[in-house]
Amino acid sequence: MDWAQLWEIVSLPDNIPIVFLLVLLPFFLWYGLRQAFANDRLISRLEVDSELAKKHHRKIEPFREGWDLKVYVWPYLLRIEFLAAVIVTFVLMVWSITLNAPLEEPANPNLTMNPSKAPWYFLGLQEMLVYFDPWIAGVVMPTLIIMGLIAIPYTDKNPLGNGYYTFKQRKFAILAFSSGFVLLWCVFIVIGTFIRGPGWMWFWPGETWDHHRLVFETNQDFHEILGLTSQPWISLVGGMAVGLYFLVSGWICHRFLVWNDFTQRIYSQMTLTQYLIFQLFMTTMISLPVKMVLRLLFRIKYVMVTPWFNI
Amino acid sequence: MPDDPISEESKKRGKISSVIVRIKNGIWPFIEKGKEDLKAAQNYKKTQVWKSVFRHKLDDTPRTRSLAVLTNVFLHLHPAKINRDSVRFNFTWGMGGISFYLFFVLTITGIFLMFYYHPTKGQAFADIMYLENDVPFGGLLRNMHRWAAHAMILTVWLHMLRVFLTGSYKTPREFNWTIGVILLVLTMLLSFTGYLLPDDQLGFWAVTVGTSMARATPLLGHEGPFGPELGMTAFNDVRFALLGGSIVDANALLRAYIWHCIAIPLILSALLAVHFWRVRKDGSISGPSPVVLESEMKKKYKV
Repeated sequence: MDWAQLWEIVSLPDNIPIVFLLVLLPFFLWYGLRQAFANDRLISRLEVDSELAKKHHRKIEPFREGWDLKVYVWPYLLRIEFLAAVIVTFVLMVWSITLNAPLEEPANPNLTMNPSKAPWYFLGLQEMLVYFDPWIAGVVMPTLIIMGLIAIPYTDKNPLGNGYYTFKQRKFAILAFSSGFVLLWCVFIVIGTFIRGPGWMWFWPGETWDHHRLVFETNQDFHEILGLTSQPWISLVGGMAVGLYFLVSGWICHRFLVWNDFTQRIYSQMTLTQYLIFQLFMTTMISLPVKMVLRLLFRIKYVMVTPWFNI
Repeated sequence: MPDDPISEESKKRGKISSVIVRIKNGIWPFIEKGKEDLKAAQNYKKTQVWKSVFRHKLDDTPRTRSLAVLTNVFLHLHPAKINRDSVRFNFTWGMGGISFYLFFVLTITGIFLMFYYHPTKGQAFADIMYLENDVPFGGLLRNMHRWAAHAMILTVWLHMLRVFLTGSYKTPREFNWTIGVILLVLTMLLSFTGYLLPDDQLGFWAVTVGTSMARATPLLGHEGPFGPELGMTAFNDVRFALLGGSIVDANALLRAYIWHCIAIPLILSALLAVHFWRVRKDGSISGPSPVVLESEMKKKYKV
């Protein structure tokens, strides 16, 4: 166990935000889901007791007799904003006094940094480069992530859970979003920061970063496993494999849409366009962990090889 | 003709005293008015200047509390009154507001940093050294800018997580979620363009790694699918446009600087205005609203 190496990575000033992320993200996930489960218990109570449902205030923070429904922004909101500004300023001051922003040697194109890493918030994309070619990991995926986020409100037809925390009423939405945001985006960032060392090789926390380590991993393409050697068969078979993936993953996503009565009622409100957009983004998102498995377990580099691009 | 010195003197004195009287008579009204002004100044809230600045009384009444918010350009994005439980920390986590505050801090510290920085090769790095070693509080200034930028990315992400978990993107707030996604991207681009500016190894290689992906852009990059077929080379593709050259060099530094200090902050500010405006127009923040039961879904949701 190389504690010095571990400390060197963790204490790097630019990695401090990720240390914060490691604390803040689980905390706020817990904090949000705790309220979601509290609301779910309330929903369960109201569902079995229709009399109670008629007269209940329906919030987990009860409204007390004699309270005004509304309060004045001055001072009740503004004092909170002011207090938040003071606290943030204080934290930022302490952070800035105790920790210096990194500054390395002057830029030198002839001296490559190893590992040379993107800023931490883009490390998810850089980690993706292990599994996909740059045109997918660096261009197509970021574009699809942005467009997929924008598409969320236009494809999520579930009318419930608007303005309150709940898990029960939005299981699929919450699981899909948090697996995308937490498991794929944030975990990739953590891997890219703490695990990836020289040559973008995998070093477990506490393992010494050995600049001379050699890894003997021979990756092969899907068509090589099949013994194909000539085009167009390589492209065709690869294309069929990719097509098959989208069919299977699309079918799995469809199963989630028609999981039970409740999801089917929501599904009934989707237009064809909404359905196709949903399928496009979900299957593309799932393709990332699938490609990871193919790569890590079966050492497959490309599934589809064409003269112009590889997938 | 001084034949009668006494009468001459009295004449002279008479002249002087009459002048004094005239001056006295002339000044007196001013003194009177001055006294009035002093009296009025004691009651300063009635003065024209005061009234022109503060358009309402400052007594502790509901009317004043409302007017304090509604007649102030900086506060008027707020409504006069707000739902009691909308201000709860456990619902909003305060992340949107904190993000905005950090943007404000970044603008202020950024302006100060611009006083000491030249976006030219060689000079840029020297400026950072100067800032850290010679400028009073220069190091603190740079640290605050750097850490506020990182913190803003975290708070924007957490804001997105909160909005998702509370389902706040649902009707009628779909479009504001869209604006929010663009703001999220702009926040990261702001940070990314700033990363290069110290012109050190860290920034240089991070931006080299980051922009090298652009050469793989389908159709528009010289190493991307169908890029070469469309005539893309290292000297005319999308990466060239980003860097102003085929390598990260002086032009890239200038472009990063202009994007970072002018273009992106302008776009971001405009969209921020839309974002806040839409929060108000879409019926203030989404909750905490009363839970809705599955049995209360509209009839059209049927299997």
